[in-house]
Amino acid sequence: MNGNTSTHRLPSFLEYQGKYKGLAGWLLSTDHKRIALLYLYSQLFFFLAGVVMGILMKLELIAPGQQIMSPSTYNALFTVHGLTMIFLFIIPGLAASFGNFFLPILIGAKDVAFPKLNLLSWYLFIAGAVIILFAMFTGDGPPDTGWTFYAPYSLRTNTNVVLSVLGAFVLGFSSILTGLNFIVTIHRMRAPGMDFFKMPLFIWSMYGTAWIQLLATPVVGITLVMVIFDRVMGIGFFDPAKGGDPILYQHLFWIYSHPAVYIMILPAMGAITEIITTFSNRVVFGYKAIAMSSLAIAFVGYLVWGHHMFTSGMSETARWVFSLLTFLVAIPSAIKVFNWSATLYKGSIDLQPPFWWAMAFVFVFMIGGLTGLVLGSVATDVHVHDTMFVVAHFHYIVFGGAGLAFFAALHYWYPKMWGKMYNKKVANIGLLILFIGFNTLYFPMFILGIMGMPRRYYDYLPEFATPNLISTIGSWILALGLIIVIVNLLRPKKVPQEEVDNPWNGRTLEWKMQSPPSLENFEEIPVVEHGPYDLIKD
Amino acid sequence: MSENNTHISSYGSHIFVLMCLITLTFITVAITSVQLGAFNTTAAMLIASTKAAIVLLYFMHLKFDDKIFRFMVTLVLAIYAVVIVITFFDYLYR
Amino acid sequence: MEHNATIHATHDHYDPIASKLGMWLFIFTEILLFGALFIVYSVYRYRHPVEFHLANQELNVTIGFINTVILLISSATVAMSITAMQKGDKKMTIIFLVITLLLAFVFLVNKYFEWGAKIHHGIYPGSEFLLSLSHGDILFFGLYFFMTGLHAVHIIVGMALLIWVLVRVKQDRINKDKYAFLENGGLYWHLVDLIWIFLFPLFYLIH
Repeated sequence: MNGNTSTHRLPSFLEYQGKYKGLAGWLLSTDHKRIALLYLYSQLFFFLAGVVMGILMKLELIAPGQQIMSPSTYNALFTVHGLTMIFLFIIPGLAASFGNFFLPILIGAKDVAFPKLNLLSWYLFIAGAVIILFAMFTGDGPPDTGWTFYAPYSLRTNTNVVLSVLGAFVLGFSSILTGLNFIVTIHRMRAPGMDFFKMPLFIWSMYGTAWIQLLATPVVGITLVMVIFDRVMGIGFFDPAKGGDPILYQHLFWIYSHPAVYIMILPAMGAITEIITTFSNRVVFGYKAIAMSSLAIAFVGYLVWGHHMFTSGMSETARWVFSLLTFLVAIPSAIKVFNWSATLYKGSIDLQPPFWWAMAFVFVFMIGGLTGLVLGSVATDVHVHDTMFVVAHFHYIVFGGAGLAFFAALHYWYPKMWGKMYNKKVANIGLLILFIGFNTLYFPMFILGIMGMPRRYYDYLPEFATPNLISTIGSWILALGLIIVIVNLLRPKKVPQEEVDNPWNGRTLEWKMQSPPSLENFEEIPVVEHGPYDLIKD
Repeated sequence: MSENNTHISSYGSHIFVLMCLITLTFITVAITSVQLGAFNTTAAMLIASTKAAIVLLYFMHLKFDDKIFRFMVTLVLAIYAVVIVITFFDYLYR
Repeated sequence: MEHNATIHATHDHYDPIASKLGMWLFIFTEILLFGALFIVYSVYRYRHPVEFHLANQELNVTIGFINTVILLISSATVAMSITAMQKGDKKMTIIFLVITLLLAFVFLVNKYFEWGAKIHHGIYPGSEFLLSLSHGDILFFGLYFFMTGLHAVHIIVGMALLIWVLVRVKQDRINKDKYAFLENGGLYWHLVDLIWIFLFPLFYLIH
C-alpha cells in the first residue's frame, strides 16, 4: 500500500497542471480536491461577510434607542445575515468543503462518482450567491422578511423577495446534486474490502447528510416557487385573502428547514468523531452506535419540523405529537456525545489544537442541545418562542456546533490539504479568545429571552440594556479571536515533509498518503483489511 | 449484484402490462359515476397506487433489479407518507 | 450486495449501475417535489371539499382520459425501445423512441387546448373572474394550472432528453453493450407518467 510516503512523492494536486493552466485550471477542474477548495474559499468569504453583518447588528443593539441604522435597515440586515450564514456558509458547510475533499480519499477512491456534476454543483452555488447579491443591491432592496420568508408578509413586502427566493432555489439545486453525487460515490466506489461497516464515521455522517439534502430540499424548492407565483401572479397558495393558509407555508418551509439543520450538524459531528478518535489514540468507542445514530438523526429529523410552529395556530394534537418526536430526536445526538466521552476515557490524549476545538465544540453543543429541550417542550416554548432565547439556542448549535466543528476540521486537515503547518500556540490562543467572546456574546441572550426580549427587533426596553451591552462586547472579543485564528492559518510555517504527512498519527486512509495528496489520491486503489481506526504496524 | 442485463422484458410483457394499466384506467373512470361518498376518493387513490406500482415494478424494472432499489423506493415513499400523516395531525384537529 | 460487485469505477470506467442509481436518486427528488404539491392539494381539498368537488366537474374527463392513455402507451413504447436495444435491434429502438416522442407531443397539444379553453373563459391564476369566485375555486384552479403546468414542463424536459437519447442511438454511442443512458432516459419518462397517474384522478375524477 502507500505506506511509506516520504520516498515516493508525486506532484500534489495543488501543483498539478492538466489541460487548463492557472485560474482556468481551478475554475474548470473536476478534481474533487480543487472543487472542495473552491467551496471552502467561497464559504469562508461568505462567512466573513455574515460576521460583519452580525457585528453591525450587535452595534445597533448596544444600547436602547436608535444607534447607527434605521429599523428597516436592521430588518434587512438580519434577513441577509441569516440567508448568507445559512444558505451560503453552513448548509454547504463541512460537506461541500471537507466532504468533497475527503470522501473519496477516506473510502479509497480517486474521485466522486460524477466529477463534472460536482463542478456544476459549485457553479450553481456561486450562481445562487450572485442572485442573492443582486437581491441585495437592486430594485427595492434586500428582503426584510427574515430568512424564513413567512407568508403573508413575504407576499406583501415590496422588497426583493422574488430574487432572493430564486437565489435560494438555485442553491437548493446545488445541494441536491451534491447529495446525489455523494450517495452514489459511497455505494459504488468504496475500495475493495471496505464494506459499509469499515467506513470511517465521517463517511457515515456524509451518507446521512446526503439523503437529507436529496429528499428535503425539493420541498422547500417548490414552496419558494409557489411564493414567487403568489407574488407575481397572485395565484393564492399562501395568501389568506384568497383562501391560502400561511400556516401551510410554515409547514412546507420547515419540512425542509428542520432537516436542514441536520445537514448542518451531521457532517460536523462526523468530523468531531474523527478528531476525538485520532487524538485519543485508540479505536472509537461504539462504532456501530455512532454510525446508526447518524442514520437515526437523518430519519427522525424529518418528523419534528412543527416544533418551530408551536405558537402558529396548529392543532393541539399536532403540538404534542411534534413535541414528543422532538424529544426522541435528541436521543441519537446524546448517543454520540456519550460515545465521544467514552472514546476519551482511557485514551492516550494528545493535546493539539484540533482537539481543543473539538472540546470547545462539545461544551458549546451541549448547551445548545439542552436548551433545545426547553424549546421542544410546548409549555416552556410558549414563553420563549420568538425571543432572544431562540437566537441564543440556534447560535450555540449552529455556530458553536457546526461552525466550531468547521474550524476544528480546518485545523485538523490543514496539514493534509496544503502540506503546511500553522503556529499551534497562536491557534490555541485564538481559540481561547474566540471561545470567551462566543459565550459572552450568546449566553446573555438566553437570559434576555427568558426576561422577555423579542427577537428581530431593532430596539428594546431599558431593562434589557445591560445583557445587551455585555453581548455586544462579546461580539468584539469573538471577532478578535476570529481574526487571530484566520490570520494564523494564512501564515503557515514551512516544515519538513515528515511533519505534515501524518502529524497527528491518524489511522484513516488520508493520513497514509503524501501531503498534499497527488491528483489521483492513490497510485493503486488500496485493499482494505482492517477497521478504519485500527492501528496497523507498517 | 446481478446486472439487470440478465433479464430482458419481452415486447409481449410490456403490451400485457399496458393492457392492465388501461383497464385500470377504465375502471377508475367508471367508478366515479358510482356514488360511494368518501370512498370515491379512496377508490381512486387505490387504483392510482396500483397503476403506479405496476409502472414501478415492470416498466421501471424494479421487480428484476437488485433489491436495494426496491428498498430505497419503499423508504422514500414511507418518509413521504409519514410527512403527510403528521401534517394532517394539524389540519384534522384544528 | 456491495462486497462482490463494488467496482472502483473512476470516471474512466463505465458503471451503468452508478448511473442508474443516480437517476433513481434524481427521481426521488421529483417525487418529493410533486409530493409537496400533493400535500398542498390534500390540505386545501380537505378544507374546501364542496368547491373542489364542483370545480372537478369543470374539467373534461374525456380529454383527461385520452391523455392518461397516451402517456401509458408512451411508457410502454419507451420500455419497448429498451427491449429492442437489448436485442440489438437499432431500427426498432429508434421507431419506438419516435412513437414515444409523438405521443408526448399529442399530450402537449391536448393540454394546450384544455388550458386554452379555460383561459378563454377567464379562468387562470390571478384573473379577475377567478378572484371573484370562492376561495375553494381559486385554490383548485391555482393548483390545476400550477401542477399540470409543472408536469408539462417535465414532459418537455423528458422529450428533450429522449431526443438526445435518439441522437446517441443513431450515432451508435448508445448500443447493445452500452445503453445505460437509454435506460435512464426511460426511467425519467416513466416518472412523468407516474405523476400524471395521480394528477388525473385528483383533478378530473373525484366527484
